[in-house]
Amino acid sequence: MALKLLGTKLGMTRVFTDEGVSTPVTVIEVGPCVVTQIKTVAKDGYSAVQIGFDDVKPRRSTMPMIGHDGKAGTGPKRHHVEFRVDEKEAGEFELGQSLTVESFAKHAFVDVSGTSKGKGFQGTMKRHNFKGQPASHGVERKHRSPGSIGGHATNRGTGPKPKKGKRMAGHMGDERVTVRSLGVLRVDAERNLLLVKGSVPGANKSLVEIRTPTRLYKSKGDRQKEAMA
Amino acid sequence: MSTQLLIESLNTEALKNDIPKMDVGDTINVHCRIVEGDKERIQVFQGVLISWKGRGINEMIRVRRIVNDEGVERVFPLHSPRIAKFEVVRRADARRAKLYFLRDRVGRSRRLRDRRRAMEHVKGEMTVQQ
Repeated sequence: MALKLLGTKLGMTRVFTDEGVSTPVTVIEVGPCVVTQIKTVAKDGYSAVQIGFDDVKPRRSTMPMIGHDGKAGTGPKRHHVEFRVDEKEAGEFELGQSLTVESFAKHAFVDVSGTSKGKGFQGTMKRHNFKGQPASHGVERKHRSPGSIGGHATNRGTGPKPKKGKRMAGHMGDERVTVRSLGVLRVDAERNLLLVKGSVPGANKSLVEIRTPTRLYKSKGDRQKEAMA
Repeated sequence: MSTQLLIESLNTEALKNDIPKMDVGDTINVHCRIVEGDKERIQVFQGVLISWKGRGINEMIRVRRIVNDEGVERVFPLHSPRIAKFEVVRRADARRAKLYFLRDRVGRSRRLRDRRRAMEHVKGEMTVQQ
């Protein structure tokens, strides 16, 4: 069943597994999220579930938002996202239903999306892992430059302009990044906490989306099925 | 609860509370659990505690010993379940927090004085030798 929840990245720490292996983990406070709208093929042309997360004071919200979330019987929420579900699955959700981190309790893996930390305007070495130029052998004041950017406007190797999509210096970070197939180490239903293995994009206290994994490769897919069974 | 406190509270159950009082300069025994296949045995690493760093679950100690005239240093996470226990063999006087200068010492000068300026805080704490 497809599922997506919103949460806050709290920070990282380490967990010792039973075998004594030190594992880096990210602590995410997930939900509770409220189902604020159920979209149907008949009415909206596609089937999806919209959820809201994080209470916001009514005076900080807008009348349309208060009305929209009011239909689900909750106060206004700060963030809303929706995720596609099959028409058959749509019946499992109901308006105003509260979704907590417990929904992920049986998962072995999840996908997490967030907004990466902004790095500002960066050169090609940091932004695209270019090599730069040699330190010596006659190189002068060009050690971090990208080198030739060529003229490839025709996409065939010739022409007066650089090729479209040529990797150059520019703004880096502050973009949506998804890390897939992160292992779920612990689910703390009492405190709405989810511990996933490894790092998660974005700064601490930033908003992250947690969803059921898509495209797990074979061994992880098998473990996921095993855990869900 | 602040974020940092919340994360630390997650770790508290993993923290050991049976760690003996030991300080930089002490000679200690570290009992490591070594898993070979399905068998488990304990290996003891004895050496001088030369550095202590980190807080909470990240606490690490560095232990130095001499094996076949070659200095060997190992870093242990204090709260790792792979470490069965710590023992203090001999207490000694150290006037700095990191004893990296011992790496340059040869022979008898490697030994640390066991006269403690302030031994009061470990009074009554037994060492293995005693």
